[in-house]
Amino acid sequence: MEKAQDKILSEVTSGEYKYGFYSDIEMERIPKGLSEDVVRIISSKKNEPDWLLEFRLKAYRHWLTMKMPKWPNLKIPPIDYNEIIFYAAPKQRKTLNSLDDIDPELKKTFDKLGIPLEEQKHLSGVAVDAVIDSVSVKTTFKETLAEMGIIFCSFSDAVKEYPDLVRRYMGSVVPYTDNFFASLNSAVFSDGSFCYIPKGVRCPMELSTYFRINSANTGQFERTLLIADEESYVSYLEGCTAPSRDENQLHAAIVEIIAEKSAEVKYSTVQNWYPGNKDGLGGVFNFVTKRGLCKGENSKISWTQIETGSAITWKYPSCILRGDNSTGEFYSVAVTNNHQQADTGTKMIHIGKNTKSTIVSKGISAGKGQNSYRGLVKVLRNATNARNYSQCDSLLLGDKCGAHTFPYLEVDNQTAIVEHEATTSKIGEDQIFYCNQRGISTEDAIGLIVNGYAREVINKLPMEFAVEAQKLLQISLEGSIG
Amino acid sequence: MNGKSETTEKYLKLYHDNIDKISDNSAPYLNSFREEAFGRFSELGIPTKKDEAYKYTNLSLFFDHDYASYFIPDAADFEKAEEFRCDISDMDTHGIVLLNGFYPTINEKLRQLPSGVWIGSLNAAAKKFPEIIEKHYGKYAHTDTDGLVHLNTAMASDGIFVYVPEGVILSKPVQVVNLVQAEVDSFSQHRNLIIVEKRAEFSIIICDHTLSPKKFLTNAVTEIFVGEDAHFDIIRVQNEHNAACKITHTFIHQERNSVASSNNMTLHGGLIRNSTYHYLGGEGAESHSFGLFLADKWQHVDNFVNVDHAFPHCTSNQLFKGVLDDMSTGTFNGRIYVRPDAQGTLAYQKNNNILLTDDAKMDTKPQLEIYADDVKCSHGATVGQLDGDALFYLQSRGINKREARLMLMFGFAHEVIQNIKIEPLRDRMDNLVMQRLRGELSRCASCMVKCG
Repeated sequence: MEKAQDKILSEVTSGEYKYGFYSDIEMERIPKGLSEDVVRIISSKKNEPDWLLEFRLKAYRHWLTMKMPKWPNLKIPPIDYNEIIFYAAPKQRKTLNSLDDIDPELKKTFDKLGIPLEEQKHLSGVAVDAVIDSVSVKTTFKETLAEMGIIFCSFSDAVKEYPDLVRRYMGSVVPYTDNFFASLNSAVFSDGSFCYIPKGVRCPMELSTYFRINSANTGQFERTLLIADEESYVSYLEGCTAPSRDENQLHAAIVEIIAEKSAEVKYSTVQNWYPGNKDGLGGVFNFVTKRGLCKGENSKISWTQIETGSAITWKYPSCILRGDNSTGEFYSVAVTNNHQQADTGTKMIHIGKNTKSTIVSKGISAGKGQNSYRGLVKVLRNATNARNYSQCDSLLLGDKCGAHTFPYLEVDNQTAIVEHEATTSKIGEDQIFYCNQRGISTEDAIGLIVNGYAREVINKLPMEFAVEAQKLLQISLEGSIG
Repeated sequence: MNGKSETTEKYLKLYHDNIDKISDNSAPYLNSFREEAFGRFSELGIPTKKDEAYKYTNLSLFFDHDYASYFIPDAADFEKAEEFRCDISDMDTHGIVLLNGFYPTINEKLRQLPSGVWIGSLNAAAKKFPEIIEKHYGKYAHTDTDGLVHLNTAMASDGIFVYVPEGVILSKPVQVVNLVQAEVDSFSQHRNLIIVEKRAEFSIIICDHTLSPKKFLTNAVTEIFVGEDAHFDIIRVQNEHNAACKITHTFIHQERNSVASSNNMTLHGGLIRNSTYHYLGGEGAESHSFGLFLADKWQHVDNFVNVDHAFPHCTSNQLFKGVLDDMSTGTFNGRIYVRPDAQGTLAYQKNNNILLTDDAKMDTKPQLEIYADDVKCSHGATVGQLDGDALFYLQSRGINKREARLMLMFGFAHEVIQNIKIEPLRDRMDNLVMQRLRGELSRCASCMVKCG
């Protein structure tokens, strides 16, 4: 029995990465390395206004004064910033009026990934912004959205067409001085998505950005800015993949969300960057700063993430609950298998009155994976009646993996109620036995148990994503139950 | 830590100025640790808020101050210590008094209890029982990050020594009354060593008191060895005035199938930091760590617990509670660490806190670090107020709100107190906590200092 389980465990954990192919697209790259000149080159390539160049330079100069933080529970090999290409873009993207103009190789890439770039074929209606390496290549459904006044475009287009909005909001949630990787991103970000939902508009479809790292030795630094004006609603999806390579690749993104009065933003991520091979060679370093500001009263920001990819994941999607009665939510499933490491969690900063936050984090460790939850719940002095509930569970599938929990609770108001609970345990042998006894194979039983365990989080995803997430979980854990 | 702070420099100087005096007065084996420990201290320095383990505790308030320190005990002082009487009259214990970290000279330095248990001065024991000391001293106080433990090893010269031989069951607990008294602001450090051999059973109560209204800083390290199948309990009762800062580091090393518990009752004190390290160093060992604190005014209480599951099939349990009033602040930092081979581990941790005012603040950091898979670990932490439903229940049965609140708070605290096995002490604690909650006890019982 033990042996059969081990075997299935090793089969499950050795599932191959499906998206590891590389597309031969003609790319424009700048030389390796980082300097003030590189920052200027990136800016000039994108014909940016002076204020943006200034912002980048300020960020770069600040970054030079910073050191990589050492506090996470991660083993990160040293990163040589002079070996990274900071800008790579698919060529010939001058006039993208119809799909026929897209490089056929590029189109093939997206077809392979199952990303619908062709609007007519896609009836369920998800507007997609596809970002390859550093540049947004195609945004679908732009016109349909425009009718309702919704702006959904690449970040570069937004800088050209809506400079006022970008200038007003960029850096307001994640300032360029925020942390090491946020400063780096602010200096060299190449593109990303921009989204603005006007007052009172309920976005009729899911908005989605699809990120793909393609070129070798490049870092991907994109920036997403999402603004939900008063009484609006939007659900936003993000997906990520990368080719299998032996060297590590750096991905340092920033996501900023602003929710005005009574606005609601739902942000879902299925992160499936290349996790490296079974021996821990290669894989993406996913060091991302994500933060939402509940600026107005009754606003709500909800983060849902399924983290199955990346060699190292290091991110804390957070909510600043500034508006009275605002709500922050964080639902996460993080899977680490083989040599993957994850240090992820959230921060909930309660500033306004009657603010509420919920944290549900499910960690699954298999193989030699190390999975840490790190979270902060902070209730400021004036945040009367703040309420937080956190639950962080870890499931261990193997005797060489680790699961860790580092919650920080800082409470400065007597009316606050803050609760945290966490459990760590092995997958239940009695549960597996129960399934076996009813004719369900151990592998299927493990799939069932893990899915049941993660259900609370998966249920928060939009339907199409939930199906994908469930499949992903199964693949990531193929053969990993002990 | 790079670059030594001014504060650290001060303690480096203190060492250089006094090391000869300290060494002359203490046993050679204790001296052999000093230089290396001092080296480690100079690297680490006095902890600041940048050190993760002291993130919420600002020691500089106390460490920046200038204190007098003395390294050779003054005989006249001990007479004062003799006058002190514990006010728990019906508690039958073997008493020892420690004054400013030294063992009184007017008694015998070491005494033997009927069953062959030795209690007395560490310094004297180091001279009389070199083989025991060499086997245990400095073996359990392991820390890579806390400079204060090294500072203690470098400079402490005396403290309590207890040796419980194999198979001895001591029915009466040993009570150590730890007094601080001086006419000037003082800094003292002491070092305790407790050895409980195989199959022995032993409990110790350590009561901390301050006797004069000066500013005090105490940095104490206690090393405890609990042998195979042995049972051991340590209970600390901390009752110091608001200008006193007490830092304790307790290292409990447990062998196979032993059971040990630690209970920190913090009733009063300016700044209190209790670090308790449980090392489960043999299969089947069981450890319990309890803590209760009641803080008000500007007091700060910090409980730091580290439970290290190094062997399979061990059990650990942590329960810490705090009630914070006025502008007081509290910290809980608990960690369960399960090593790769420690399969079959059961580990629980619970931290509950009640904030009574908007100015009080609680920071809590319950942590799990688990590297084995066959484990059951859980932790829970809450910060909040009294349960509204429970309050309503009591009120609806004719109990007035004030009384109902008191009952609930008392019940909250009693959950920790009930783990004290010594009955007179348990009743006394219940009593003191009740008085404290009623506001009748703004200073500690038996305290001659009015602090405010």
